[in-house]
Amino acid sequence: MKILLSILREMADIPSDPEAVALALNSLGLAVEEMVVVGTPVEGVVTARINRMEKHPDAAKVTRCFVDAGDGVERHVWCGATNMSEGDVVPLATLGTTMPNGMNIARRGILGIDSEGMLCSEVELGLSDESSGLLILPKDTPLGVSPFEALGIEHDVVFDLDLTRNRADCWGHLGVARDLAAHFGVTLRGPRVDVITLGGASSLPVEIIAEENCASFSITHISGVTVGESPRWVAQRLAHLGMRSINNVVDASNLVMLETNQPNHAYDASVVASFRIRLAHSGESLVTLDGQTRQLHAEDLLICNASDDSGVGLAGVMGDLHSEIASTTTELALESAWFSPDPIRYSAQRHGLRSEASVRFERGTDPNGWSLAAERFVTILKETCPNVVLHASPTVVSTAYCPQPIPVQVSVSSVERLLGVRIEVSRIAEILSSIGFESRIEGDTVKCVVPTWRPDCAQEVDLIEEVARHFGFDNIGKTIPNSTVHGRLSNMQQRRRALRRVLVGLGLDEAMPSPFLAAGDLSRIGLTEDNVLHLANPLVADESILRTSLRPGLLRSLKYNQSHRAPKIGIWEIGHVYPKSSQQLPDESEQLAILVSGGDVETSLMQWNAICDALSVGAQLDQGRVPAGLHATRSASLTRGKKIVGVVGEIDPVVLDALGIEGRVSVLEIDLSVILNEEPKPVQARDINRFPSSDIDLAFVMSDEVPAVNLQRALRQAAGKRLVRIDLFDVYRGKGVAEGSRNLAFRLRLQEPEGTLTDSILAEVQQACVAAGEKIGAAIRA
Amino acid sequence: MASSSTPEHQQLAQAVNDGASAINAASTTEELRTVVSALTGKKGAISTIKSSLGKVSDVEMRKELGQLVNEALTSLQAIADSRSQQLRVGEFASVIESDRVDITEVAMSARATQRRGRLHLVTQATERLEDVFIGLGFQIAEGPEVETDFYNFEALNMPPSHPARSMWDTLFVESDEPGSVVLRTHTSPVQIRVMQDWPPPIYAIMPGRVFRKETPDATHMPVFHQIEGLVIDRGITFADLAGTIESFTKAFFGEGFTSRLRPSYFPFTEPSAEFDIRRPDGSWIELGGCGMVHPHVLRAGGLDPAEWSGFAFGFGIDRMAKERHGVNDLRDMYSDDVRFTEQFS
Repeated sequence: MKILLSILREMADIPSDPEAVALALNSLGLAVEEMVVVGTPVEGVVTARINRMEKHPDAAKVTRCFVDAGDGVERHVWCGATNMSEGDVVPLATLGTTMPNGMNIARRGILGIDSEGMLCSEVELGLSDESSGLLILPKDTPLGVSPFEALGIEHDVVFDLDLTRNRADCWGHLGVARDLAAHFGVTLRGPRVDVITLGGASSLPVEIIAEENCASFSITHISGVTVGESPRWVAQRLAHLGMRSINNVVDASNLVMLETNQPNHAYDASVVASFRIRLAHSGESLVTLDGQTRQLHAEDLLICNASDDSGVGLAGVMGDLHSEIASTTTELALESAWFSPDPIRYSAQRHGLRSEASVRFERGTDPNGWSLAAERFVTILKETCPNVVLHASPTVVSTAYCPQPIPVQVSVSSVERLLGVRIEVSRIAEILSSIGFESRIEGDTVKCVVPTWRPDCAQEVDLIEEVARHFGFDNIGKTIPNSTVHGRLSNMQQRRRALRRVLVGLGLDEAMPSPFLAAGDLSRIGLTEDNVLHLANPLVADESILRTSLRPGLLRSLKYNQSHRAPKIGIWEIGHVYPKSSQQLPDESEQLAILVSGGDVETSLMQWNAICDALSVGAQLDQGRVPAGLHATRSASLTRGKKIVGVVGEIDPVVLDALGIEGRVSVLEIDLSVILNEEPKPVQARDINRFPSSDIDLAFVMSDEVPAVNLQRALRQAAGKRLVRIDLFDVYRGKGVAEGSRNLAFRLRLQEPEGTLTDSILAEVQQACVAAGEKIGAAIRA
Repeated sequence: MASSSTPEHQQLAQAVNDGASAINAASTTEELRTVVSALTGKKGAISTIKSSLGKVSDVEMRKELGQLVNEALTSLQAIADSRSQQLRVGEFASVIESDRVDITEVAMSARATQRRGRLHLVTQATERLEDVFIGLGFQIAEGPEVETDFYNFEALNMPPSHPARSMWDTLFVESDEPGSVVLRTHTSPVQIRVMQDWPPPIYAIMPGRVFRKETPDATHMPVFHQIEGLVIDRGITFADLAGTIESFTKAFFGEGFTSRLRPSYFPFTEPSAEFDIRRPDGSWIELGGCGMVHPHVLRAGGLDPAEWSGFAFGFGIDRMAKERHGVNDLRDMYSDDVRFTEQFS
């Protein structure tokens, strides 16, 4: 939202120093995004008359101009513009001038002929964002003077404000000026309004049918209008505020809106003299001012010419092309209405048409702003139409839905309770009065009436915020709450951090791929897509599915790194997956996945062991349940009873081939919602057994069909309570061992809990182990 | 004492002398072992003398000689031990010499093969933030990333069709009731869940992943991270909010940094503010938003605004990481490109 310092200063005697104003705006929550000084006279630019113009045969696109800057010297200037004629008075930037854009005017030439300056457009003088050629001044302008002075151009400052959603009132200068006047302790005058000569009473009829959508509609009858150009200052201010000058009537209407935040529309009263406001009929259409034919929706609000019920405006959004005022118009019907915000917003959205008016209506305008708007409109128009007449008895129709001033009270104790600072009741009342809240002190309470231009204030806390803003956030002070809570990580959070430390300790990098997948990403790697959730409005089609596994993202990262000359990397992610559930929300859970390109099943088992150690957890390895998408003979599920808590092994080589990933890829996935939430009890210490221990080595030949862990389990059981540890220290396949079998060598350390191990006990244990092995088909090797 | 000039005495002295010379002449541990066993063995000079003692008739003399023999053995053993020590030192010196490596060469190959993994910059920033807030007495709450409209908007004082909802470009999840499930646009829904689940007083931060329908560029990602803070207690004021932001500023950025609050607007807080951090050089960082929890939000969380009051604040984590490490493009941070990742030890 652009705000001009000149307009603010007409409304209140705020400081002229733009820095001071910007500081105040920021401290009031009206954040200044940009501050631009405009209309500063450019030193060295003077008015000059074009005495004659010549074309050069070798330079078709430029014209040679010979100009007189009033000093009796004829200067030659090359000029690329085409809008000038001989005799025109134009701005000349003389040699040595520094233009607003930083360009230096030096003696330069084309075809060996120098230019002794530059003729300027409005853009080049920093007066406008657009222009269609040189700035042409009136013919009677004296030569050799500053064109800024000659045109009475104001030096001004444009503040671009980043307004928050609540401050509807600040979409007009008046709202901003009100806050600033309160801040600087000066009186708010508001826009200048000339004492208006009232013409005879004239009430143009208005009928509101859509009472809920249009809660108030006013029509002011104005006559004695001559449509023509706007005064320069009006066009200039509009340009600074980002609007184009059209004619004196439209410009006055726009400027009034920018000044007072009251959108308004001027109809030719000889064309539309009675109004009806109703919802559009389906099938109805309207050609809006921008020339577009709009098919109307049954919820669009339509302003109609009551005489034939034809639409003359899409209410709150844009007027209709055919009822636009013409050059011959002399009588105006000026509309100022209050429309319900939401329907205007939907209407603007439906038609993809956010106009200056709709932006204001959808935030909430002042239902009582119409009268000031009409008077200001006539005041502006008076400069170009000295005979303009504002007729008495304007028509104002309000419905039961029209917002009313709301009584709200605020107490000293509530302010102190919320802000932590005690502010005197008189100061509270003073602040609220200064921003237009009618305030009355009753004991420790200020009873207020919220003005209708502040739709954001409806309860005590809203008023406390106003008090805080104007009291100054910096004056509130800084205290620290007396907390009885002590800060800490939860058990789960501590375990998650421990897990991260294990992972980086294993040399693995954390990755954070996008949780969005494309359709087919999961099935391509062997996972189901039956339980996926889709985004209703994805950014791109490739990111339309919520992941149910971390694997696709990490595989993509591996592939990406392989194609950037990093063939072997280890990455992991701890992140959420979102499979569909029978509830409203998915079965969201936290998972860990580790993938290592160039790693194999042993890599992933090593990782699993490290995690088990660090977190005191465990699970069974179930090779009988090969997880989807994994290598069929080198993978297993991590199980706890029937529950699967993870997978370990390698990615299916078929999948890797399809993805174009080279070498093996190890994978370990763990459901952290299980593992991290466990709270293992502290391990209880055992005394060191100081009796001597003995090792026995036992080698068995066993079929590959039987898992090695079965043998280990059998031996553990057979050795009984004397077994201190058991390690598989050698695995051998090959010569001397039958095909399909392998030699498994275990070392058992035995120790008596009390006393010394005897040879006969050792022999006994050995015998039991041999027998246990045989029972599951493992033959002891001699 | 009997005379020491018996032949036995002389023989013994001679044997010790000869033995010591032989021991000291041994040039390897192996040779030394042979010499020592020859000296002290059954056929050694000392043993020979010892076995001849039986022929000495004088009891006193025999006793004395016996003692001398033992002393001779002890002294020879000591000489042997000392020689052995000398020899081992010499022998290890050559072993050590043959072990020589070029440390820089080993260092280079160690660096090539043994690298500690990296935490993602966002995780590093999150942990640092968590640690600072833990120090300030906060606990850490977490919530789902796929949320209902209620938690993401409605409970935060944005009833259906509230215009402020347009402050966030929301990604919706397809569901039976269109629009009812969203990817959370901020971490604020966790505020409501915490209010509902934790008995007050509440001092909590809520870091996590959030989503917006935004095309990725150097400073925006559709998936990014925020941290939210919520304090609910009796008598919590705006001054407490300002003081907590100030404590955090000093704890996280350093003593030379200060903070300020500027009025702003969020539907879920009132008064609302933006908070800025002032660097020691006087420049400002616009960090995030904050404010006093709106009474409607307290009620949505099941708390009575007459009894409890509180404040909330929030800001982006990604930006903290970006600024700390001078990352120019957020997309690099999410590329998982090892060339980027490995920089940050």
